Amino acid sequence: MSPFLTLLKRDITLALREGGAIGTALGFYLIVIAMLPLGLGPDLNLLSRIAPGLLWIALLLSALLSLGRMFETDFEDGSLELLAIGGTPLELVAAAKALAHWLTTGIPLALLAPVLGILLNLDISAYGVLIATMLAGTPAISFLGAIGAALTLRARRGGLLLALLILPLYVPSLIYGISAISGALLATNAFWPSFLILSALSLGALVLGPIAAAAALRIQMQ
Amino acid sequence: MRLQAEKLAVRRGARIVIDGLSFEAVAGEALLLTGPNGAGKTTLLRAVAGFLTPEAGQIRLQGGDNDREVGEQAHYVGHANGIKSNLTTAENLAFWCAYLGGGSDNRVRRERVELALERLRLLSLEDIPAAYLSAGQKRRLGLGRLLVADRPLWLLDEPTVSLDAASVKLLAGIVHEHLQGGGIVLAATHIPLGLEHARELRLGVMRQSA
Repeated sequence: MSPFLTLLKRDITLALREGGAIGTALGFYLIVIAMLPLGLGPDLNLLSRIAPGLLWIALLLSALLSLGRMFETDFEDGSLELLAIGGTPLELVAAAKALAHWLTTGIPLALLAPVLGILLNLDISAYGVLIATMLAGTPAISFLGAIGAALTLRARRGGLLLALLILPLYVPSLIYGISAISGALLATNAFWPSFLILSALSLGALVLGPIAAAAALRIQMQ
Repeated sequence: MRLQAEKLAVRRGARIVIDGLSFEAVAGEALLLTGPNGAGKTTLLRAVAGFLTPEAGQIRLQGGDNDREVGEQAHYVGHANGIKSNLTTAENLAFWCAYLGGGSDNRVRRERVELALERLRLLSLEDIPAAYLSAGQKRRLGLGRLLVADRPLWLLDEPTVSLDAASVKLLAGIVHEHLQGGGIVLAATHIPLGLEHARELRLGVMRQSA
């Protein structure tokens, strides 16, 4: 097995064994969405109309919760340095860790979203599109998030700083994710263009995120 | 094989900790870094590993793999052990063995891990999460990396911390074997490891004249 897959397997094992990060993200997502109808009132038409936007924004915030830990534990116990001189480029190390984050956070959140859609009276025909846009859009969350996680690695209370740095970068994904869903719901032909741009944003993040994260990590390890 | 450093200068913050240092170590030779606290022992090891970029000078490993950085041909044992508390003792070592390319297939790797655990007297603890190990056992597990993957250069920063007398002897034996096999060791240590071919490299506290 290649070093990349070895590292990916270890990170997934650790995430599942610790359980805290996944549980916190899913729990946070559930609570935020459950509170929204209480705050906005029982107007089913209103809820149904804003449901895709709310589900997307809450998903971004939930995924953000566990981003800070992406490199932190490895940095603290000395593993990160050993990973860096292991002979595998640091870019690949960052990519493996971001991919593990997507597999253990992005996908569970995307799969939970339609269930939470019931609470917001989400149109039944939107479920498939919602999952599709979220699965296509969440890689950008993990791979762009890796940059923020690397930059705030040694900052105390880096979590807030991470949110300030990274949330603006999620805006394009949010816009095209929502516009793909409304395109499908209103039966206009806006779905495919938006969906493809959303996928392109994720692919771009997939390439650029690890490069930027690795550059930041090199500075942090000095 | 030969590790060479020429006119090395390394900066930590505003201070130049190492200035104009040249040294050489040939295959089978151990270089013990000594000097008071703050003399730059860790800094030097981290510069050789490639974590710190030298201000001036260069570090080369002649006869090594020219496509790889010096650090990528080295084992680095620092203050932290690189152990995951949620993995078992054997899983920790197996991960490093696979990641560092310590064997061609799973069977070879499993044997190497098993042998290393036995040698480090950790075999009875192999299924226990590393969180429950004592400080000395964690240290030994960290040193296990040296045994599960082959690298010509070993950079050891205070490797004997929290080890008992028997374990120090064990480590000395492992280092001795590595030197016999033509390896190079750069170690910062206060405890003499009882090595025959060890030279001392004394680092002083450098003062930067303005």
